[in-house]
Amino acid sequence: MTTRVGVEVSIAIADAVKLANPDVIAAYPITPQTHIVEHLAELVADGELDAEYIPVESEHSAMSACLGSSASGARTFTATASQGLALMNEVVYVAAPMRLPIVMAVANRALSSPLSIWCDHSDMMSVRDTGWIQIIAENGQQCVDNIICAFRIGEDNRVLLPVMVHLDGFNLTHVVEPVEFPEQSDVDKFLPPFHYPLPLNPDRPVAMGDFAPPFIFTETKWAHEVAIRNSKAIIIECWNEYARAFGRQYHPVEKHYSDGANRAD
Amino acid sequence: MVTFEGDLTWKDLEIGAIIEAPGSARSYESGTWRSQRPTYDFNKCIKCGLCALYCPEGCIEPNQDGYFEANLFYCKGCGICARECWPRVITMVEEKEQ
Repeated sequence: MTTRVGVEVSIAIADAVKLANPDVIAAYPITPQTHIVEHLAELVADGELDAEYIPVESEHSAMSACLGSSASGARTFTATASQGLALMNEVVYVAAPMRLPIVMAVANRALSSPLSIWCDHSDMMSVRDTGWIQIIAENGQQCVDNIICAFRIGEDNRVLLPVMVHLDGFNLTHVVEPVEFPEQSDVDKFLPPFHYPLPLNPDRPVAMGDFAPPFIFTETKWAHEVAIRNSKAIIIECWNEYARAFGRQYHPVEKHYSDGANRAD
Repeated sequence: MVTFEGDLTWKDLEIGAIIEAPGSARSYESGTWRSQRPTYDFNKCIKCGLCALYCPEGCIEPNQDGYFEANLFYCKGCGICARECWPRVITMVEEKEQ
């Protein structure tokens, strides 16, 4: 049985994160992402979600905390928007080649200037080449489904990459939509526990994110490139399994009245 | 992890280029871009070890006879040892193309 409710999409995302049962959430509030992290902070404070909520002092710190959390093998979530994404840019680049699965919701908002809190995709474009997997959601249901899928895709040991889920600021974040929530027991079956292959562990020390001379740098970048290319098949596999479990099917590109068209722009 | 430059490919790296064993940077030949090298007149050497203390690379150790000498695998030819060596054992000379 699933429950279909009318809910603000930001709240729905927070509830989807709760269904994924994360260990650590590190985030800094910024319009129009605020309701997502506020609701998550509330869930943790009320004891409804057993996770560490780290109220950091900036987005740069948020993503830095996420790196450490993911490196220790903890399921990790954060969310941001616009200037926040720009401020954490340096660390966004660090996460992907270090192959640290982190799920981040981005409430797309224009970058200054002029200062705007409204939606455009300039923030998303600024991180296009960071080597994260990026999923762009069209409605509240897609947000909920793909937040859950994002954890499974990123944490899959054949992938091990961070994943962004983009949604339009205000046009989605602050809109009340009908959303079907999967049952917790079904999500638990769909989303296996996260096991990082070489986590930070005092009993078996490793060094992460080290200096690399050029011959190691290029090979590391290529390993990352191969992982990104190989992830497509695993993303599709995840979506197919999601369809079997929950009845909603996703595709890399969704067609809209375009069957038989000679070109689509 | 493979430690020789020519042998290494992306398939040999741990996930995210994680390093499992400490001290792996020892295998990197960091002295390749030296433009000067230290030469020694060990007749003057009093084995005080000041050169080793001042060496920013930490690449100077006593040789078999107890005289302090730079390991050219790592030495970058900065010349600090030559400047600090007050008995004037060390002279920096230009590296020439082999």
